Amino acid sequence: MTEVGAYSAESRNGFNARVERALADDQLQHALKRLGSGFVEKRARAVARFPEFERLRDAATSIKNHVLANLADYLEKFESKVTETGGQVHWCVDAEAARNTVLRICREADARLVTKGKSMIAEEIGLNAHLTAHGIEPVETDLGEYIIQLAGETPSHIIAPAVHKSREQVTALFHSAHGTKPRHAPEDLVREAKAVLRRKFLDADVGITGANMLVAETGSAVIVTNEGNGDLTQTLPRVHIVLASIEKIVPTLNDSATILRVLTRSATGQETTVYTTFATGPRRPDDLDGPEAFHVVLLDNGRSALLGGEFHDILRCIRCGACLGHCPIYATIGGHAYGSVYSGPMGAVLTPALWGVENARDLPHASTSCGRCESICPVRIPLPGLMRHWRERSFSRRIDPRRQRAALRLWAWFAARPRIYRVATGLAARTLKLLAGRRGSFTRLPLVGGWTDGRDMPAPEGGTFHRQWHRRLEQ
Amino acid sequence: MIARTQQSRSQILAAVRNALDQGSPNKRATSPGKLVVPACAELDASGRQALFIDMAVEAAATIHQIASAEKIPWAVADYLGERKLTGKGVIAPDMSELPYGQAGLDIRCGNGKDSDTFSLTGAFAGIAETGALALLSGPGSPTTLNFLPEAHIVALKADDIVGTYEDVWSRLSALEIAMPRTVNFITGPSRTADIEQTMQFGAHGPRHLHILLIDEHR
Ligand code: SF4
Repeated sequence: MTEVGAYSAESRNGFNARVERALADDQLQHALKRLGSGFVEKRARAVARFPEFERLRDAATSIKNHVLANLADYLEKFESKVTETGGQVHWCVDAEAARNTVLRICREADARLVTKGKSMIAEEIGLNAHLTAHGIEPVETDLGEYIIQLAGETPSHIIAPAVHKSREQVTALFHSAHGTKPRHAPEDLVREAKAVLRRKFLDADVGITGANMLVAETGSAVIVTNEGNGDLTQTLPRVHIVLASIEKIVPTLNDSATILRVLTRSATGQETTVYTTFATGPRRPDDLDGPEAFHVVLLDNGRSALLGGEFHDILRCIRCGACLGHCPIYATIGGHAYGSVYSGPMGAVLTPALWGVENARDLPHASTSCGRCESICPVRIPLPGLMRHWRERSFSRRIDPRRQRAALRLWAWFAARPRIYRVATGLAARTLKLLAGRRGSFTRLPLVGGWTDGRDMPAPEGGTFHRQWHRRLEQ
Repeated sequence: MIARTQQSRSQILAAVRNALDQGSPNKRATSPGKLVVPACAELDASGRQALFIDMAVEAAATIHQIASAEKIPWAVADYLGERKLTGKGVIAPDMSELPYGQAGLDIRCGNGKDSDTFSLTGAFAGIAETGALALLSGPGSPTTLNFLPEAHIVALKADDIVGTYEDVWSRLSALEIAMPRTVNFITGPSRTADIEQTMQFGAHGPRHLHILLIDEHR
């Protein structure tokens, strides 16, 4: 895969530089601190009041496994249902094909203005730049996406794209883009964006949304939002385009209920989002509203190559974002440092798959191996193990000269920040201990392959040095 | 262009089939496993109604119970008065039979417009599990009514409260109609937390969601 979407080749291997920039960025550090454990606590509360949650994780995992094992059949079934209900499916091998397909549909509709619901696929394929370059104005309507579009940036979190922006930055962005007087209260900022975007919704020729799921049984595209922007995007314009990757399929409407139950609780700690919408085909003959045309742009972009291989499991990902919120590395460096629209643990696994590991060799090192991401992933993706696979792969291909340096630098940063270091090493020690099991040692460890080649590494016992030291002092 | 899409189609499907044929057998999960349905599926009608009310209120919807559908126009007028909502309103065509004029309401019937202050629609079902309302699009229930106005008022029959999402799908398939263009599940009013994670209501959709729960057994 040479496709890099919205990113230049230069940005792909500058991980260390980006980490350093992120660490020195006071605004960002402030935003990350504000984010804190917000998502973690919300998820924990939602899980605690839902006794079926662990069994639902298993059920969601097996639904996704089943879909992947029968993906071709389900894709065909989905397509035939979309066609039956008056829509059209467009198969796209890579990002370029998808961008051009969307552009062609827009041109055929004589579109000048396009509204967009939040879509990670649109980010992955660099859609906005492509439309703009061809004279079509794309307008993001999710408030977070709108903010970063005004700022000319990419999302720093897969479910909260503008999480790195402060209120003051939003004030300044709106003031200069809308030519209004500066507003400071979040409620005034929201009201102003609503008024501006309402005009766009009403004037748009085409609406583009992503899809949290595609339902094979009915040919439906499912979106999950809190703002209602996705619904206005797909209801008001003449044409509705859904952008989705091939692994988004679920077999039945009932299966979608299971996925929804784990998705929203894992993402924002909500029992459900405000709006969950199933769109099937274009408007029916007697309907008073809805689009006249319904297109689904189905993207592969390297995913079929992951099927059945070492990285198969990442295709279960439902993009809930929980692994970002639970990752000590993400909490330290934020999303942009990953250089990809996909950040955090899932990004560290998926990005090398999309770009080729030689183009993202540092990302799989963005891990403390603490295991929190795996422990909360609603579809039980073994994220630390998959990151380790990438490290092994890039090591065996010897494309990894600065590996130790990167790892050490990250360690040095953590070591200079005692509180974070304690949290991260505490988690890592407990995880390593669990993983090592009764044998109490490892024959092979990531990052220190050279060291474990000749000997076994004993698994940590009895807490970290810090913890033991404090216990000593207390006695 | 069509030819290119056809070619991509076979290319992707072939890549998927090939990869799976070569994949290890434990990747070939053949059954999606057993459905896990939350315990609320087992509740009786009054249990479902109580849970629905709790969950909807938690999601910041407001609820007013009335004894019959005939009372809807007056309940709407009362709500608008309490909220001091003035301006134009619109009702879903399938709710047009009631005597709104007698309750002093001046409303039109049709799809939603940007200028509407409020809308009144029915609902296909209420879901106890989350407090969501299920609305189906159709000539009598345009989707724009659910999103454009400041306030969305929904009349829901207590008998239409089901336990779970699965129950909605089985009720829909029992109707033996085609899947509508849009099925909306709506839980509380529109909101966003995109500015410094502070919760703001009325992002792009309605700022208020008011449920008129019609309970004839009261
Ligand atoms: S890898 Fe798991 S936790 Fe992370 S976004 Fe995907 S589904 Fe969520």
